[in-house]
Amino acid sequence: MPKSGPASVEFRHVSMRYGAVIAVENVSFTIRAGELVTLLGPSGCGKTTTLRMIAGLEIASEGQILIGGKDVTRLSAADRDVSMVFQSYALFPHMTVLENAAYGPTVKGLRKAQAEAMALEKLALVGLKGFEKRYPAELSGGQQQRVAVARALVLEPQVLLFDEPLSNLDAKLRRKVRQEIRELQQSLNLTVAYVTHDQEEALAVSDRIIVMSNAKIAQQGSPRELYEAPANSFVADFIGDANLVEVTIDAVEGGQAQVRLGPLHLTLPARGLTPGPAKAAIRPHGIVLGDGLAGTVRKSSYLGDHVEMIVSTPIGELFVISRQTNELPAEGAAISLSLAQQNIALVR
Amino acid sequence: MRPSTRLALLFGWLGYALMPWYLPEGWDLAGYPFGRAGTALALATSGAAPWLWPIGIALLATTLLAVRAETSFSGRALVTAGLCGLVAFFAQGFAVTLPDQGIPWLAALLGGAGAAQPGMGFGALLTLFALLLLLCHGLAYRGFCRGDLFTTSTIGVVVLLIGHFIFLPVATILRSALVDADGNWALGEFAGRLFSSTIWGLGCVGGSIACGVAWNTLILGVLTGLITTLLGLACALLVLRTAMPGKRLMRAMTVLPIITPPFVIGLALILLFGRSGVVTGLMSEWFGIPRSRWIYGLPGVLLAQVLAFAPIAFLVLMGVVQGIAPSLEEAAQTLGARHWPTFRSVTWPLLRPGLANAFLLGFVESLADFGNPLVLGGNFEVLSTKIFFAVVGAAHNQGMAAVLAIVLLVFTLGAFWLQQSWLGGKSYTTVSGKGDAGIPAKLPTSVTVLSAAVIIPWVVLTAVIYAVILIGGFVKTMGRDHTPTLEHYRTGFAVDFSHGLFFEGAAWPSLFTTLKVAAISAPLTALIGLLTAYLLTRQRFVGRQLLEFTTMLSFAIPGTVLGVAYILAFNVPPVEITGTGLILVLAFVFRNMPVGIRSGIAGLAQIDKSLDEASTTLRARSFTTLRRVVLPLLKPALVAALIYSFVRSITSVSAVIFLVSAEYNLSTAYIVGRVEAGEFGLAIAYSSVLIVVMAAGIALIQFGVGERKLGRRPVALATSAAEPAR
Repeated sequence: MPKSGPASVEFRHVSMRYGAVIAVENVSFTIRAGELVTLLGPSGCGKTTTLRMIAGLEIASEGQILIGGKDVTRLSAADRDVSMVFQSYALFPHMTVLENAAYGPTVKGLRKAQAEAMALEKLALVGLKGFEKRYPAELSGGQQQRVAVARALVLEPQVLLFDEPLSNLDAKLRRKVRQEIRELQQSLNLTVAYVTHDQEEALAVSDRIIVMSNAKIAQQGSPRELYEAPANSFVADFIGDANLVEVTIDAVEGGQAQVRLGPLHLTLPARGLTPGPAKAAIRPHGIVLGDGLAGTVRKSSYLGDHVEMIVSTPIGELFVISRQTNELPAEGAAISLSLAQQNIALVR
Repeated sequence: MRPSTRLALLFGWLGYALMPWYLPEGWDLAGYPFGRAGTALALATSGAAPWLWPIGIALLATTLLAVRAETSFSGRALVTAGLCGLVAFFAQGFAVTLPDQGIPWLAALLGGAGAAQPGMGFGALLTLFALLLLLCHGLAYRGFCRGDLFTTSTIGVVVLLIGHFIFLPVATILRSALVDADGNWALGEFAGRLFSSTIWGLGCVGGSIACGVAWNTLILGVLTGLITTLLGLACALLVLRTAMPGKRLMRAMTVLPIITPPFVIGLALILLFGRSGVVTGLMSEWFGIPRSRWIYGLPGVLLAQVLAFAPIAFLVLMGVVQGIAPSLEEAAQTLGARHWPTFRSVTWPLLRPGLANAFLLGFVESLADFGNPLVLGGNFEVLSTKIFFAVVGAAHNQGMAAVLAIVLLVFTLGAFWLQQSWLGGKSYTTVSGKGDAGIPAKLPTSVTVLSAAVIIPWVVLTAVIYAVILIGGFVKTMGRDHTPTLEHYRTGFAVDFSHGLFFEGAAWPSLFTTLKVAAISAPLTALIGLLTAYLLTRQRFVGRQLLEFTTMLSFAIPGTVLGVAYILAFNVPPVEITGTGLILVLAFVFRNMPVGIRSGIAGLAQIDKSLDEASTTLRARSFTTLRRVVLPLLKPALVAALIYSFVRSITSVSAVIFLVSAEYNLSTAYIVGRVEAGEFGLAIAYSSVLIVVMAAGIALIQFGVGERKLGRRPVALATSAAEPAR
């Protein structure tokens, strides 16, 4: 069969309603061919519904969905060239690993020998050679996950979808598997849409990230853009921790804003903001011990390679991560903090 | 147009143009393609049945579509053609029936004023099916159910079947209660019948005359519900909360009511306590207690129903008692409560919803029971037997039967509604996924002693009853002459080998019919039940809740009501199948369908929905998913549905007693006939044969369907798919 290679995915003003509940509202984005894009957001933000609409498991209430430039809005999942790796893996418990992986070509009507050859190739790719005869229940969690990936890859789909694929793995395995997924995506040149609620995972694997909140897109961009230039306080807080503080912009000149932050005066990129009250997102590790802001330690805990503190200051309580672990500040101790300007961003 | 739609269209033409349209009489094809065995096309063109034209036009219109490429227009056109065809089909079917019946103005409109036609046959059936498929395919083209042809077609077929074989018969009952013999509205007559003293009379309160049947039924139902619940509770507490010996035996007893025809208990009671029963005889010999007929009437029926239904209550309450997390009771004990206060303040309140459920179940079973009141009732009439005698008795009053059926239906639906609305969300005793390492609290001694005092006589009586059933067939006359004999078995089941194989016994024909009908209807029931369960749990479509509601209603329809409804609805065209084997099959399928749906829903609840979705994203359509993923995992539910429908088809008596004919008699109806003729020996012999046959059938089904394989390690289904193995 002729393979069409990776395809782009485009959402045009797509909404999804269940009765009165709006799960996804007027969402537009594009995933370019061969790109790994993460849908990131807290639970209930509509990211999984968006993924399921790409798959065709949900049919959009409004708007248009295009895959490879072709309108597939009303097409059922079985008619779309899209495969999905489920959060629960959804391996058929009554079939062996080989039967699971060969399921796609088998139901397509291919001969058994051919279907199994295709399945074996992909099983070898994910490093599961020799496990063909086992049943899913006889595999470890990580192995089950690989079977799910192999099964989704066998039909060489135009788009591959991952729905929180790592959530059932332990922390160490997660780091390893997410690198494997990224390598696989790049070596096979796949278009991948990836859903997760873990911002670190998103930053690690993605070409681009789409952050969703309350059924809408909060921001989309590269990991660096999202981290360094969050569009609003939600994104700032969700991608890496951030202390959100009230600031006043006194003047804007040449793209630089004169900002009053409590007793401090700073010059920061204005990012389209105008004089008046605004917010600033300060990264916890951008606050270092030094001269400037006086504060009192409320809580502190030792975490091996760093120390976490909550410090109350004139501009509010700040969450501080300090790399200086040789001495743990006692609760109630008075300390002085200084802010690194590159770790502060003005947000709406 | 897609190939499967073309196939459906081909079926339509086959039914319309080639196969005999009407039900042939004895496979007589004389005059084909005209006359009684004629095809619709020939009859319409020859002018004999002009009302069949519109159906042909709908097919023709679809054929013109078939050659064109699929556009957005073809979906709408298919829906229109299919719908018009169906409307035309049903319009002519109900308008033109027997002479002077049907709907005259509609018949005139269709060009068949004053005409008559016999019942629909295979040609009509095939055409109807094809038109339905065309409509459903059209809907799928338009994007219904994610454009899945199989899903829309299944919904269409299930809706048509339930509409035609549950909704229509029940509606016919309502109608026949409201009209007189000439088909005019007769509300006065209806009110007179409905409020007559034979139903609602309270004569028994003041003195001599009997109460109305409605009161009898209610009293019997309440008493049966109460006693079975108490027995079931005592039994469940003893089995689960004490170190009582013989627990396995108690659990085995719960299988008995499933494989025992309902009236057999009543029959055994007659042989024990009747005027010439074994116990009665011993009592009069030893203690001089005079022989009497006390067993015939409320005491006998009540005793029989309690014996028959208490195991069901036991089964329900065992689940409830098991569901009470021991840690709750342990919590009460750590807070300082002793055995009795713990039982009273924690265990008992947690039991209450389950008790109410068991009570309502016993109540409904008692209302629906027909066999025991028929055998043991004497002058004590209940609604189900009264309906029977109104139909088959000398009075032959169909209107009365319909009114009685409505009263019974209202009672059972009321109890059912109460169960659903009042208890639906009120069970506190759900088992959570978390392990509970607690040890159940010990029963207070007084409760243990009380339970044992109640249970032991009951177990002994049950054992005696089944001993009578097994031995009764091997003695001359139970109670009078206990000489061992094979005479009853010879009368019933003799086989003559002198001229080849000849089944000479009197019981063979009915046994063969029963097995044949049960074997045909069991897979159909399982199929329709599981498909409906699949639609209800896995698909979203407009009207799903209505479908769910209708199938729930069918849970509550008593067999007697269904039987009356079937003869009223299906002894006139367009569906004229009274007296055939087909009506028996249909009655069984739709009477047992709730069982299939229930086991299907329970089975599907265990299968993670993401398995279906995974299959879909791997390009499998609904049908493939169903066949390759869902069905293999549903095997236990399939076995349950097959067993229950097979066994219930054999033991059922209430629905089919109206539907059997000389040609198609069934075992239960035959046995009831023998009981009425006083041939207890043959009846009891036949009953024990049935019990053995059912046990064999169950074993065969379990062997045939096999186990589902999920790998060598025994892992629960839900967890194997949803969690990593540890």
